[in-house]
Amino acid sequence: MSEARPQRPGLYYPKMPLTWWLGRPGYVRFMIRELTSVFIAIFLVELLVLVHKVGQGPQAYADMVARLQSPGWIVFHVVALAFALYHTITWFKLTGVVQVVRVGDHKVPPSLVVAGTFVAWGVVSLIILYWLLVRS
Amino acid sequence: MTEETITLEVTRYRPGHDREPRTESFSVPYRKDWVVLDALNHIKDRVDGSLTYRWSCRMGVCGSCGMMVNGVPKLTCSAFLRDYHPGPIRVEPLANFPVIRDLVVSLDDFMEKLRRVKPWLIRAVEKPVSEGEYRQTPAQLDDYKQFSMCINCMLCYAACPVYGLAPAFVGPAAIALAYRYNMDSRDEGYRLREPILSESVGVWECTFVGECSVVCPKGVDPAAAIQRSKVAGAKDWAMSMLMPWGGRR
Repeated sequence: MSEARPQRPGLYYPKMPLTWWLGRPGYVRFMIRELTSVFIAIFLVELLVLVHKVGQGPQAYADMVARLQSPGWIVFHVVALAFALYHTITWFKLTGVVQVVRVGDHKVPPSLVVAGTFVAWGVVSLIILYWLLVRS
Repeated sequence: MTEETITLEVTRYRPGHDREPRTESFSVPYRKDWVVLDALNHIKDRVDGSLTYRWSCRMGVCGSCGMMVNGVPKLTCSAFLRDYHPGPIRVEPLANFPVIRDLVVSLDDFMEKLRRVKPWLIRAVEKPVSEGEYRQTPAQLDDYKQFSMCINCMLCYAACPVYGLAPAFVGPAAIALAYRYNMDSRDEGYRLREPILSESVGVWECTFVGECSVVCPKGVDPAAAIQRSKVAGAKDWAMSMLMPWGGRR
């Protein structure tokens, strides 16, 4: 993303150090948020492989599930879950900044917009949980 | 009784002499009602008249005296020495900008970007003066008012790592001002600003670090302006796909 800009003689052009993201707590939080995507991406690939295994039959699926029960995968899932939660919470908290919601002539306060996303998240999670429990 | 002092570590750069900036320490009187700018003025008046920096109003309005104070972009006229006691206080030119001399940075790049986003009211057809003012409701004023408080102090650019890494990025203040006019009910220039905002170095270059809004001394939220411009741009694109014959605003 870095485009060179023409440099005027006599001016000093500062260079950003590789450790720029350690400079402010906000930069560190941003980098963590970006890093969470890597773990979520790996999890999604794993999910696609799992779906593929379902298509290959019950034995292939059972083998895959057995492999996922190894300590390494469990650690990965715990970390991925923590990062997914971090990403979701930070993302929802930003919703109030990004989305201006109006009811008639009135602007809904950003805190209510954020609260709405958390409530919706909770409701959807409960529905999924209920569905999983009823099925099992 | 000896007067208490505090040390300022000031970045110096003499074009034509220095290959890169260096730091010079100055001991200045520590007074609780002094701001960093007062300390710099003391140095210039009493110690070294060659120290170069910008300032004007001394009251957080003109936006001239922005510098890095202990690594954070600040208006030095509102950065009190007492908040950095016992020091030392590091005073550097605003990050991400080319340095002209000492604490003075070049703003040419921003001025060019500001001009490109057309930060003024654009009308398709101007109403004759005899027809009176363009009237607005309080709600319409509220849509853009906070974004009109920008004083072009450049603290947001100094806090933006995206601008530091990709200087072609249009950047927080310029986009916030474009958004300010796009949101103004009197303005009809959205289509003229949209190509600049939607180009690759426009709003989409922003990765929403959000520090631009944190450091703004006037309570403007450039990060919000950029993200909302992304939403508007994405809606525009979707509408142009769905209704190519004219769904865009």
